[in-house]
Formats: sequence, C-alpha cells, structure tokens
Amino acid sequence: MTFDVPADRRYLPSHEWVRDDADTVRIGITDFAQDELGDVVFVELPEAGEDIAAGEAFGVVESIKAVSDIYAPVSGTVTAVNDDLFDQPELVNDDPFGDGWMLDVEPTDESDFDDLLDAAAYRDQIE
Amino acid sequence: MRESPLAGVHADAKRTDFGGWEMPVEFDSIRTEHAAVRNDAGKFDVSHMGQLTVTGPDALELTQRLTTNDVSALGPGHAQYSAITTADGVILDDTVVYRFPVGTDDDYLFIPNAGHDAEMTDRWREHREVWGLDATVENRTEAYAMVAVQGPESPALLAAATTVDVDGLDRFELARGEVVGVGSAAGVDTLVARTGYTGEDGFEILCPWDEAATVWTALDCQPCGLGARDTLRLEMGFLLSGEEFHPTEESRTPYEAGIGWTVALDTEFVGRDALVAAERDGPGERLVGLELTERGIARHGHEVRSPEGDTIGHVTSGTMSPTLGVPIALAYVPSGYAEPGIDLRVVVRGEPKNARTRATPFVSR
Repeated sequence: MTFDVPADRRYLPSHEWVRDDADTVRIGITDFAQDELGDVVFVELPEAGEDIAAGEAFGVVESIKAVSDIYAPVSGTVTAVNDDLFDQPELVNDDPFGDGWMLDVEPTDESDFDDLLDAAAYRDQIE
Repeated sequence: MRESPLAGVHADAKRTDFGGWEMPVEFDSIRTEHAAVRNDAGKFDVSHMGQLTVTGPDALELTQRLTTNDVSALGPGHAQYSAITTADGVILDDTVVYRFPVGTDDDYLFIPNAGHDAEMTDRWREHREVWGLDATVENRTEAYAMVAVQGPESPALLAAATTVDVDGLDRFELARGEVVGVGSAAGVDTLVARTGYTGEDGFEILCPWDEAATVWTALDCQPCGLGARDTLRLEMGFLLSGEEFHPTEESRTPYEAGIGWTVALDTEFVGRDALVAAERDGPGERLVGLELTERGIARHGHEVRSPEGDTIGHVTSGTMSPTLGVPIALAYVPSGYAEPGIDLRVVVRGEPKNARTRATPFVSR
C-alpha cells in the first residue's frame, strides 16, 4: 500500500501535515493517518480565535474503531476551522490533504516549520 | 501468533492480534463491509474460533454438565447457543453446541471463543476424569477452518456453491455437504450451519483446514474483517468474550449479561446451584443498551453516571452504529436503571456526555 505524501508541505511524526499559505498555515492529518484510523465519525477542533501550541494536542479525531489526539505542528492563533467536518467527517478519509483539512492558523513563530519533517523524511517514517 | 489457513488470502487486509491469532480487521472499510452484510452479503474468516469435538457414550452427559443450556434437547443436526460457567455461576465463555447430523463420526461439537480452545479441552477432560465418564474430547481448532457468510443474499450465494439443501436448513440447523470450488471438479467436505454473529440470515461453514481457500473463493461477496464483525454484533447487542464477560475482569452471571434464556435450571451443570439463587434474587446489575445523544463514542471502560453525577456503572463496548448513524454502547448498570428511556451520562475522555438507555437489539431484524 502506498500513501500520498505531497511535497508542498511539512509533517509531524504523529501524522499531521502543515502547509504554508502566505499569512496562515493550513493543518490536517495525513493519508496514512486516515487509513490507520479507518472510517472517521467525529472530529473535535478548537474555535477560531483560540491559540494552539506546537507539539500539544489541539483536537481529537474519532473513527469507528479508534480515537486519536491531533497535535499542532506549529504554535499560533486559529483563523478558520473546517466546519464541513462536523457534518461530513468522512472528508478526512476521502481527501485528507484537500477538503479534509482542519484548521487555518496564523503562526507566532515561522521557525517552528524548520523542526518539521519534509515529505521525503515523513515518507521514510511510514514506509 | 497463530495463523489462519486463510492468512495468505487476507495478506492485504489490516490485521490484529485477536485471542492469540493474527486476524484481519478491515479489508476495505468497516462501513463498506458492514453495509454489505446488512444489505447484500459478506464473508468472514472465523477460523480463530475454537472447535472441540466430544464423542462416545457419555458425550451428551459431559457436555450437558459443563454448559448451561439443555443439550439433551438437541436432535441430530441441531445447534444451540449456551454458556460455560464456573461453580459460582460466572460466565467463562459463551459457545454454540452442535449435535452432528446422522452419518458423521463425532457426536457433539462446540465452538469456544478464540484462544479458549486449550482451556476448554482441559476443562472437559478434567471433568470427564472426575466424573468417570466415557467420552473422547478432541481439540480440532487447527483441523477445521471456519468461514461465515452472512447477509440477506447469503442463502442464494451459498446455494449456488454447495450440495447442501440451503433452503431446507432452519436457523440453528446444520447439514453435511460439499462446497464446490470455482473451476475445480473436487468438492470440499463441509458442515454448513445456519448460524452467525451479525443478526442477519447466514451460515457458518466448517471445512478441513487445508481446504479453507476453496470455500472462501467459492463465496463471491465482500470480504469482511473483525471490525465489521464487531459493529454488526454490537448493533444486535450480542456479547463479546473479554468485553461483556471475563472470568476475573468482568465476572458476570448469564442473568446479568442478558442471556438468562440459555440457562436450563432443570438440568445438572457446573454453576447450577449458584444460578438457581441468582435467578431467584434477580440480578443486581444488568447489561443495557445505551445511545449517546451527544457527539462522542463510548468505549470499553468508560464510566456511566446517573443524572445526579454518581458513578453507577461502566461501558463494556461502544461504537458508532453504521446502520443507525448514532453512537451506541453496552454497559453494566444497577437493575433500577435497566429500563429503556432512562437518561444517564457516559464520561468520554473526561467529559460527561448525555446518553439514554435503549432496548437491544439496537437494529431490529
């Protein structure tokens, strides 16, 4: 089985991705993570305006068979939340790097990015 | 780790250790597999279940005295659900006891849960010695494979692949016959029973260990793993060994676990005296169905609270019901809370969530 690992973003060993979109960064979980969890049924996320801290859990993703914390790749303030996930949690399974995104965050320290895995390093970890 | 003879067939599935066996959890997705069984048909490798045969002049008496149901009521070619209890009336295992059709060599077969086969073989043999009975007890767990085919389309699917008169089999009835492999002339000798663990119509097919792949491929339908097996049984409120009962971590009588109907108190069996008293007094706690009315899934071990905030019980199993689209669970609570429609709370990762007791099966069938 091979998993998508887009080269335009960075990764945490705990299977979150983050993509730099100029003023904000977008955060989600990887194809590998959604496959491990199986059918996602609930996603719990912070609200816009809340702060998240690099390395700390900011939310929960629950599938039929398991529950998992989601960790923040960077520190910052949440500017947008993917509300579609509350009604359609299966988007995380169907399109983890696209419509299944979770948060947009305004990072407090751009250098957080340097501590993350690039696509090649993350691919090495999951294969 | 023990491996099913179908290990090669499910090499691409996600697998897990279940009762000491490496078994498939998920072939495609739990939702897909679950829906196939409810609407169409699905097949399961259940070769990890134990298979013990009991043969000889005292085979009936030995099995009667070690299981709660009335084995003497079984005619040839019939099966019954039953419990195996300690002298204290605590469930050690649940099982299906089969009486072979006329024309087979063994008298009785029973199916303990995965990983319990050695323990049950010892239990049967030790009691045989103590009671001075004449019966041969064989552990055939690695001689027989078992494939389940379940779902509304399973009778037609199986009928096309077997010499057994599928339509002539009632629920909990079994027959011997051949399953004919795809593109192969030789049939496989099987026992086909109209039993299962999903709430759907369906069959469990016992065959020689080395012939399992022929039976598996002869049944052209969705392969299903233990994940869907769990969501399907939970929607029916069926018990899972190690979750709803366990000899030490969840010691429960059949009455507490809601399977008092398997206890024939007019027969002699280990645990009977304790269960006579338990039946007379009524269980202090009962297994109930719960539906969470808030977002969240109750899992094994989660605390159950009264509306006043008192801890009154715990969850044994929980999931998102794929059929109903709501979170469901089984939990032990004091009998006073066992009626359907009572508001309770389940503490999910530290947060009390609203829940309501609900009659099982959750999904009517």
